[in-house]
Amino acid sequence: MTDLLNKHSFVELGARQRAKALLDAGSFRELIDPFQRVMSPWLSRQGVVPQADDGVVIAKGSIDGLPVVIAAIEGNFQGGSLGEVGGAKIAGALELAAEDNRKGLPTRAVLLLETGGVRLQEANLGLAAIADIHAAIVDLRQYQPVIGVVAGSVGCFGGMSIAAGLCSYLVVTREARLGLNGPQVIEQEAGLEEYDSRDRPFIWSLTGGEQRFNSGLADRYVADDVAQVQQTVTALLQQGVPTQQRSRQAEFYLARLAELDATPQIDPATVRALYQGERS
Amino acid sequence: MRGLQWFNALSAGATPVEGLPDSLKVADGVLGEQAVRFIAVVTDPQNRFPRARNGEVGLLEGWGLAKAVDEAIARGDKRPIIAIVDVPSQAYGRREEALGIHQALAAAADSYARARLAGHPVIALLVGKAMSGAFLAHGYQANRLIALRDPGVMVHAMGKASAARVTLRSVEELEALAASVPPMAYDIESYASLGLLWETLSVSQIEQPTPDDVARVSDCLLNAIKDVDGRDLSSRLGATNRAASSHVRELLREQW
Repeated sequence: MTDLLNKHSFVELGARQRAKALLDAGSFRELIDPFQRVMSPWLSRQGVVPQADDGVVIAKGSIDGLPVVIAAIEGNFQGGSLGEVGGAKIAGALELAAEDNRKGLPTRAVLLLETGGVRLQEANLGLAAIADIHAAIVDLRQYQPVIGVVAGSVGCFGGMSIAAGLCSYLVVTREARLGLNGPQVIEQEAGLEEYDSRDRPFIWSLTGGEQRFNSGLADRYVADDVAQVQQTVTALLQQGVPTQQRSRQAEFYLARLAELDATPQIDPATVRALYQGERS
Repeated sequence: MRGLQWFNALSAGATPVEGLPDSLKVADGVLGEQAVRFIAVVTDPQNRFPRARNGEVGLLEGWGLAKAVDEAIARGDKRPIIAIVDVPSQAYGRREEALGIHQALAAAADSYARARLAGHPVIALLVGKAMSGAFLAHGYQANRLIALRDPGVMVHAMGKASAARVTLRSVEELEALAASVPPMAYDIESYASLGLLWETLSVSQIEQPTPDDVARVSDCLLNAIKDVDGRDLSSRLGATNRAASSHVRELLREQW
């Protein structure tokens, strides 16, 4: 079984299979599974067919024998967008994990992020849920690591890219993209000259997993391989909470941005050089 | 400009906090007898980042907000933090994406959330637009949200033109749909129906608040500070139009 999994692409797995692949064998237990049919109350009236799990899988189990909850977003349903139900599943699971820790139970969390961010058909309820997710990550992170994995192929955008930035550790692959604004929206708002959403090499060079790792905006860069992702997540969980949380380094980043000549347009090498100097 | 007007009106006589980007207005002042820190994001035509000159929350604003809030936490007096919200959007640009604007906004959300967890009452006062990532970074982590009742006050995930493009609709179709689906709407009354606001308030001159407007809003802010009884965001749950958010949490707890 392990040999078979070793040859498996992680990116090609669906959300449920990804969660299973990370958990100790036989420990996977899904909460609010698709048979309970807790679906979006907002989609059908807009002519969109809802999905029985609303595109989010919440699984409890263990990694390395210790309790963990995994929230996996299904990138194939509505672009991994978060609506009210899917968002509440993630936020609620993280809230309960924090509660566990206050009771002495060391539940950790892993977020498998394949998402365009807010589901526009549920706009303000998606946004509110994402604010809840941010709040819950910051709370749980005080006790245990919250690990974000952006494997691809959807990538991680919108309010959920902020969630990725709040994680204790962030794991990316070559297939990952990470950014606040989707390329189409930037082009719409700022024009083709600023951002050409059809120029794929350009977009990957700025927001791809390799670039994010090389500029210090991700912690681990792994191959698209189930065993590697699993081993990396396990090792990070063992490390416990980081000494320096990336989202708490305002002085470092403000100092770096002050050194940048912001007049010319930017290229990937400039970002790497700017952020990868010696850290304070 | 509303954000700046309300910042100036509420923080009259307050001590400005220095050492922050020019696009941030931060001051330590009082509401009644209560010492508070006011924070606003404002326009800065000289901003080094051209895509962040109109009050957008960009790289400097995200990291700068984090610094401003962290300093308030470091003082140790748990003073309330008042976020005055008038943010048209996050900054959309090549420099922003390349330099990790998502991380800058995460820093701001992180600091506001930690302030709340540390026992600072955090209150967001919506006087203009509260859009998407900009609102997530500046205001949405507050214990209590207060909105002024006015057509120019709106909360949304995306501007209309972009939302129409992404959902493959015309702006007219989007508007028609928004009228019948409360979370899709752009107006503050529809937003209020989601249960996320603690209070809405009318004023006589939202663009240039009168002394009476300022007094009423100050009272409302003080009441909100007194009302804060927890450190999480659970007080936002409970509205009929957000029933699924509560239902999902109940099921998770049962099955946990």
